[in-house]
Amino acid sequence: MTAIDPSPGATSSKASVLSFNHTQMTFPDGTEAVRDVSLEISRGEFVTIVGPSGCGKSTLLKIASGLLEATGGEVAVDRDRLGYVFQDATLLPWRTVLGNVELLAELHDIPKAERRQLALEAIETVGLSGFVNHYPKSLSGGMKMRASLARTLTLKPPVFLFDEPFGAVDEITREHLNDETQRLFQSEGFAGLFITHSIAEAVFMSTRVLVMSARPGRIVAEFDVPFEYPRKPELRFDPEFAALSGEISRELRGSHQ
Amino acid sequence: MTITQNDDQELSVELGADSTSGSPVAGGKNRKRGVSDLARQFLPPLFLGAVIVSAWYYISYALLAEERRFLLRPPHEILQVGFFDWDHFSEILLALWSSTRVALIGLAISIAIGFFLATVMSQTKIVERAIFPYMVMLQAVPILAIVPLIGFWWGYGTTSRIAVCVIISLFPIIVNTLFGLQSAERGLHDLFTLHHASRRTRLRKLMFPAARPAIFAGLRISAGLSVIGAIVGDYFFGQGAVGIGQLLKRYSSRLEGEELLAAVIMSSALGVVVFLFFGWLQNVAIGKWHESSGAES
Repeated sequence: MTAIDPSPGATSSKASVLSFNHTQMTFPDGTEAVRDVSLEISRGEFVTIVGPSGCGKSTLLKIASGLLEATGGEVAVDRDRLGYVFQDATLLPWRTVLGNVELLAELHDIPKAERRQLALEAIETVGLSGFVNHYPKSLSGGMKMRASLARTLTLKPPVFLFDEPFGAVDEITREHLNDETQRLFQSEGFAGLFITHSIAEAVFMSTRVLVMSARPGRIVAEFDVPFEYPRKPELRFDPEFAALSGEISRELRGSHQ
Repeated sequence: MTITQNDDQELSVELGADSTSGSPVAGGKNRKRGVSDLARQFLPPLFLGAVIVSAWYYISYALLAEERRFLLRPPHEILQVGFFDWDHFSEILLALWSSTRVALIGLAISIAIGFFLATVMSQTKIVERAIFPYMVMLQAVPILAIVPLIGFWWGYGTTSRIAVCVIISLFPIIVNTLFGLQSAERGLHDLFTLHHASRRTRLRKLMFPAARPAIFAGLRISAGLSVIGAIVGDYFFGQGAVGIGQLLKRYSSRLEGEELLAAVIMSSALGVVVFLFFGWLQNVAIGKWHESSGAES
């Protein structure tokens, strides 16, 4: 509703909506997945964590959402209306797009009429209006992901967690979905924590990019992304964009060794 | 202002691209069938049927001597005596109806017990571990071995026939329902966990819908077994309404070959009807969304 103005780089002046404080995660088998991660995300921020596969980035999101219990440190976030976008679209195959998008509102006991209204709005926002009565099996990978986004949007969550959501779609669809996510970030005014191993994706959408090292995962570098929103697709060919991506890539390589 | 305009433009361009690259696949199936397709599907079984009937006539007339022809009456006599003679045919139909009723009651009981046990087993691993070996034992026990026991406990009438149906049709329902309940993806479970779904909500909105394909597969198997159970049960427990098993027994003891074969044909027709019915039910219930649907069955 209230479109807020995310001024890039301004991290300290606003209220924190998600924070990790010396978070530690060691699995029962002894694997240390996350070591001493401290991180604060404020309203109007879109933070992306990039890191090699298996570095514990997803574990961090599971801890934030409460799916996993950290073995050390604290996490502060309002879990009542937490948006979580999974790696897969995780749609119920026996429900139509509309039924799927209504699911979360249903689980939160929102009355039927209101639920329908919220769902139709969200479906329109992601551009799936023509597919309201389609079953997931007849949708493309990109469309399934849009439906999944719409489902989360119905709760109007102040914090959105994205667990490598666009890893399974082709490059062109991924860029479209990045454009769209960036647009939603603008229009819906949520704070985002995005996990990916694509540097281009990270730089394109975020206000801030964090680099995580290989296991055990630690934050080893932090970059502010200076580009103005809304960001145009052409930004990907900008020399500054390339320079920043290069720097992040070097950092990522360094941490990988 | 300019921002929104830009956004709208981007959105529409994007959508155009997406709907062409990932166009929906549903509804694109060609349902028309040419005459040659029909011929290709029905000619082979018709041909084989003709061969079988010819062989049948050959055995009846060429191989069996006159006085031994009762062993295999020729097809037209079976039709005349077993099907077109209303006295005989109504007798068969009545017995068939009696057995069908037993099978349906047995199946209904199996479904009730099976759903209950599978649901309980899906909720607690300990219960699953406790029950499972006994289910396997029940499945492994030869029905003939416990027939005397069943008669001993429940008498020689309808109750015992139903008990036989339940015993042989229960296992597939439990196993398939349990498998189905456990088949929902991990990610979907996480989604329900994240949004604090209660145990009941999870069962109702996630596990049972996800289990439907497996449940219907189990139902189809169990329905067939239940029909067999009704006939076998009827064969051993003859008190009360005469079922198809009793009839088969009577015809064979009287050497009434035509009626016997007619009764056998009608029993297998019942099995086919049950199989087709549950296949149809399965299609209606999950046809629209399940990955395996849409293919020829």
